[in-house]
Amino acid sequence: MSTETKSSAGTTGLMGWIDARFPLTKTWKEQWGEYYAPKNFNFWYYFGSIALLVLVLQIVTGIFLTMNYKPSSEGAFASVEYIMRDVPWGWLIRYMHSTGASAFFIVVYLHMFRGLMYGSYKNPRELLWIFGMLIYLVLMAEAFMGYLLPWGNMSYWGAQVITNLFGAIPYVGSSLVEWIRGDYFISDVTLNRFFALHVIALPLALVFLVVAHLLALHEVGSNNPDGIEIKKNKGADGHPLDGIPSHPYYSVKDFMGFVFFALIFAGILFFEPTVNNLFLEKANFDPADRMQTPAEIAPVWYFTPYYAILRAVPNKLLGVILMGVAVMIFFLLPWLDRCKVKSIRYRGWLYKSFLTVFVISFIGLGYIGMHKPTPLLTLEARVFSTIYFAFFLLMPWYTSVDKTKPVPDRVTFHAH
Amino acid sequence: MRTKMKVQLMNKTMNIKHTLKAVALLFISSVALMAHAEEEAKPMHANNDVANKASLQRGARNFVNYCSGCHSLKYVRYNRLSVDLDLTDAQVQDNLDFTKVKLTEMMTINMDPADGKSWFGKPPPDLSLIARSRGADYLYTFLHSFYLDPSRPTGMNNVVLPAAAMPNVLWELQGLQKAVYVGHTADNGSVEKVFTGLEADTSSKGKLSPEEYDQFVRDLVNFLDYVGEPGQVERRGLGIRVMGFMLVLFLLAYALKKEYWKDIK
Repeated sequence: MSTETKSSAGTTGLMGWIDARFPLTKTWKEQWGEYYAPKNFNFWYYFGSIALLVLVLQIVTGIFLTMNYKPSSEGAFASVEYIMRDVPWGWLIRYMHSTGASAFFIVVYLHMFRGLMYGSYKNPRELLWIFGMLIYLVLMAEAFMGYLLPWGNMSYWGAQVITNLFGAIPYVGSSLVEWIRGDYFISDVTLNRFFALHVIALPLALVFLVVAHLLALHEVGSNNPDGIEIKKNKGADGHPLDGIPSHPYYSVKDFMGFVFFALIFAGILFFEPTVNNLFLEKANFDPADRMQTPAEIAPVWYFTPYYAILRAVPNKLLGVILMGVAVMIFFLLPWLDRCKVKSIRYRGWLYKSFLTVFVISFIGLGYIGMHKPTPLLTLEARVFSTIYFAFFLLMPWYTSVDKTKPVPDRVTFHAH
Repeated sequence: MRTKMKVQLMNKTMNIKHTLKAVALLFISSVALMAHAEEEAKPMHANNDVANKASLQRGARNFVNYCSGCHSLKYVRYNRLSVDLDLTDAQVQDNLDFTKVKLTEMMTINMDPADGKSWFGKPPPDLSLIARSRGADYLYTFLHSFYLDPSRPTGMNNVVLPAAAMPNVLWELQGLQKAVYVGHTADNGSVEKVFTGLEADTSSKGKLSPEEYDQFVRDLVNFLDYVGEPGQVERRGLGIRVMGFMLVLFLLAYALKKEYWKDIK
């Protein structure tokens, strides 16, 4: 007589017991173990999993930082120095968190660029793209609020300047600014609420959106450098002919990516954690001082492209609007792109040229946003901003007239 | 009908090409122009080494003798110095801890900030993080750049921080310096003074030779650099080991990936 009963997932023992009560094996198989991903992923496909790794790193190091951080205008700056000097390994945790913040944006920007190159936002992945964009928005808010917490002078004045932007909105502007700050200027009240949002509300939203992003991805299936839907060619076993199970193949490949990323990450963290004023700014080693602005107020590098767009516009309200539009316009990509092929490999020279100048403009704006405005830099910021918006606004036109190449039926893959 | 459409299409393509050419030209010129970012005046090089313990010990001595009357290091504990600077607790107690507080205490000062403000115009800042916010090169240059200026309350001014509130407390060591100007006569006959540099004032001679003074300042700046991030030597040491480990792990991860992926055709 058999005492073991098999669960619906075919497991026995402890796993069978769990699977009869909770879809553990089922979820694992659907989400990773038997999730068939295209076999032709290239270099650009490492950054999604690395972004997930950085999210975990930020959450874990964040937990340990909050154990010694004091969210008050009296104690914040000193508590960060306490972490850096007196808490065992505190400096390591803090540098991991500060380096991780910048790394997050580098990885996310590369991940988004991958999407632009291979048309990953196109049908049927529009919602996947929207979830991704929401992650990007929440990440920006998370980074902005986190930047206030060390309560350095750049934290203080950066927050002062950015919250002031909302004041440009007609009628409700000044009340809105006061509502955000909870005070007439950035103060202890603001620090407390930014802390609450930074450690609870936004990370929660971030985790929820990442889960939604992954569920959507595993529902529609991954795009690939050829922009071919691998589900169109299935074998006798019902699996895509050009797909391979994520485990073990992408488990081992992504692990390799993780270690390579960790190598570069460690190089920055241990040898140049400020990255010459980019990841940690000099002015932020002076405590917040309401009576003394830093010599130059600029946001951290990952916001500077948008900051440059803001400064390029002579009218404050229009500048704020254009800055907002510059971020939000990414949401519309799936509908702006009229091209019938996804991947840049089979697109014409028009899209390739527009994407190239767009990337150079984005980097150029980032550079300009870090420097004091001069008439020359302002002119350049205007040229780059025009190209930035032209990339999106002209997209319906140039993607529909662009000459495309025939897309093959099967993915391009060379065995390693 | 067909040819007409073709011609129209060709015209359209030509227009596109013209527009794109113009955009490309504008774009290339702005990239080229960006190379001309303004350059700021370069400070002198401190050329200090935070791993040099002897220099840090001398720097600590210089700091407590010349700076700590007014400037605190409120994030630094005395006993951290004994650990990091290879000193015994007794050596720190006897040579660095003038106020005879417990070695677990921070290196604070007794000057009331309100007094500091009334004496100097602003309270002397805490220097725990001064090397991180200004940089070692700036501090090294600053301490070389005091000059005689009778228009200032202290009789001194500083090239890198004009109207500095701080008097030149190291003048006895360095000797006094004066600013050198060259007169430029403009077209309208007015003479404009142009600052060209500093030179030693011959009426006063410092206790230290210029080389000794350089070393004195370098040690002091080195100490402040260390104080800005006391764990930095440890950080770099650990970094080499972590990167070595990651490199080995990467080779293993690469081999593992290769082993699995050889089945994928």
